[in-house]
Amino acid sequence: MSGPDDAPGVGGTGGEERDDAATDGDGTSTRRTLVEAVNDALRCEMAADDRVMVYGEDVAEQGGVFRATEGLQDRFGEERVRDTPLSEIAIVGTAVGLAVYGYRPVAEIQFSGFVPPAFNQLVQNASRIRWRTRGEHSAPMVVRAPYGGGVRALEHHSESLEAAYAHVPGLQVVVPATPRDAKGLLAAAIRDPDPVLFLEPKRYYRGVREAVPDGAYAEPLGEARVRREGRDVTLISWGASLHPTLAAAENLADEGIDAEVVDLRTVSPFDRETVVESVKGTGRAAVVHEAPRTGGFAAELIATLNEEALYYLEAPVERVTGFDTPIPMLAREDFYLPNPPRVEETVKRVLEA
Amino acid sequence: MSGDRRAFGEGELGGTESSLEACTIRQGERAPDRYRVVGPDGEYDPDAVPDLTTDELRDLYGWMVVQQVVDERMVKLQRRGEMGTYASGRGQEASIVGCAAPLSGEDWLFPYGREAAAMLHHGMSMRDLLLYWRGVEDANRFPDANVFPIAIAIGTHVPIGVGHAWGMLRDDADAVTAMMMGDGHPSTGEVQAGMNMAGVLGVPAVFYCQNNGYSISQPFANQTAANSVAQKALAWGLDGVRVDGNDVLAVYDAVRTARERALDGTPVLVEGVTYRLDAHTTNDDPGRYRPAAEAERWEAREPLSRFEAFLKAEGHWAEIDAEARREAAHERFDEAKAAADAYETGGVEELFEYVYDDLPPDLRRQAEEFAAFLAERPDAYDHIEERPKG
Repeated sequence: MSGPDDAPGVGGTGGEERDDAATDGDGTSTRRTLVEAVNDALRCEMAADDRVMVYGEDVAEQGGVFRATEGLQDRFGEERVRDTPLSEIAIVGTAVGLAVYGYRPVAEIQFSGFVPPAFNQLVQNASRIRWRTRGEHSAPMVVRAPYGGGVRALEHHSESLEAAYAHVPGLQVVVPATPRDAKGLLAAAIRDPDPVLFLEPKRYYRGVREAVPDGAYAEPLGEARVRREGRDVTLISWGASLHPTLAAAENLADEGIDAEVVDLRTVSPFDRETVVESVKGTGRAAVVHEAPRTGGFAAELIATLNEEALYYLEAPVERVTGFDTPIPMLAREDFYLPNPPRVEETVKRVLEA
Repeated sequence: MSGDRRAFGEGELGGTESSLEACTIRQGERAPDRYRVVGPDGEYDPDAVPDLTTDELRDLYGWMVVQQVVDERMVKLQRRGEMGTYASGRGQEASIVGCAAPLSGEDWLFPYGREAAAMLHHGMSMRDLLLYWRGVEDANRFPDANVFPIAIAIGTHVPIGVGHAWGMLRDDADAVTAMMMGDGHPSTGEVQAGMNMAGVLGVPAVFYCQNNGYSISQPFANQTAANSVAQKALAWGLDGVRVDGNDVLAVYDAVRTARERALDGTPVLVEGVTYRLDAHTTNDDPGRYRPAAEAERWEAREPLSRFEAFLKAEGHWAEIDAEARREAAHERFDEAKAAADAYETGGVEELFEYVYDDLPPDLRRQAEEFAAFLAERPDAYDHIEERPKG
């Protein structure tokens, strides 16, 4: 059994993790959009580790339909950056094989709506090969997919199925909301010894710019972040929904309501402690997500609060979600997405209860 | 865009014809021919026999006997409640051994499940074979053997194996990934997607499909309207080869050649036409779906007797010492059984290990809470039985 020269443990323990799971960058920063931050993360991790490969539909020559992988093939060559046939099964399945062999594949699924064909590979193999083989093999791989609605895409392009993926033991589900996190969390996902489904909020690919550390910068997975401190109520959200949630919190502040906003960042395995501690502090909570309501990840969060913070609660925990319908086509999709007024009304109910 | 990309139309157009018929690709009148060296009654053309030493011939026969003995003993153990559900390879010994024997030690085997002797040949311990079918995950470690766990989820191993072969290609390894499957597998999207990708990438991959006529109860004709599995290779840009899967020399030669071709950049799909003489698994009753006369006909084409006739005709039979091979296989099984019986499976904490490299806090808590519960209520063990249903 052999693998790339710089891939210790290839075919055996499944590769050695790098000891720099979290790094601070090289001291400078550049204002980037979220999609530019994704590109920067890929660039930095590919430069740091020859095992990292990027591939998927239209990612190499064209640089990806959102340009997330632009320039990578020129920089790193055709061996490491490759276009593939239109087959999500093959893209994700081969990632498992490459990862088992010793490479670090970062596969792109063009839109989250097309992850389901690859669900079988995520469930049967990516998430479970370490467990099946008692650590003999592992699948250090990342599947990136732009997710969520709001960009007027075609049918089947805008799904938010993070709760379904979070239900799979062994599969980490990471959903950044900001450019800085997109870089830091993607870098951590690439360095992580286990598989990560990385869902990128495509509605916010370009709208927001912020300072993103240059160079090797990673944020730890599995840690939520308090985006806004507050005393009256905790709002928990992630990814695309974080933005209307933060906007609602600002509007509520004008009305004298002081909301704390927790950005989950990693949906699975999620940071129970930060969520529970925040709600213990405020005594009231609402969860905001774009995905359908029934069985959505809000349900898991509320069950956790029921187990660990019930006696701190002064009101039932509510949720602002998509509806139990498919996400509509472009003409009506904005009806579906959580917006600040919906969040605000829910918060008022929670405060009045 | 890179300059070496071929313009569409330079290679894809082909010629033109004013006849619609001439431009129609149609199923052949009958299935493609099977490559065969030795016929069912042991007849063969001495000039067509692949070049193998007596030791190699003895090994082929010996491993076929191992498959026979393992199948016989595993089914017996299952009947006695000492083994979980087992999938026998009886009738397919030539395919099972013939596809594993040409592999090098550096090659990787991605088995589908019915080919014990192939896995053992490639380095799996026989104890672990027993442990696997007793439902102990530890057996999936395959220490020191380039063997991947079997594909209970049909076809899912193929895209993985193709990715693995992609790693070999990138690494310039002088090795192939060999994926085994039954005749149901090519119906899955996984296999079709994987083989298509293999062709595009030009990875060192060999696919061996044991077309044994049935996927549980479903006959091959209900699996595909195609005449053969091998012809599907063409659509995916691979080479397709069809062999008599009950002729170990033909299988060996075809896979050896396919391996060389794959190393040169063309993955190969080899279809071995064979027959599953036993049930699908120990839970299955083939009498419900296939005529007894059919199984009897195939019993007469059984691969070991055919190979025996060849070995006798070649004057090797005495050197093969079939009885010694069989005794050795039984002894090996006895030892493996004793080792499996003596194996201490880990406790409940094993459930939680290896889901992640690092146990996440909540999973750690689940493990601790469950352990504490079991300590508190040992009568829960009355409901926990770590063995097959008797």
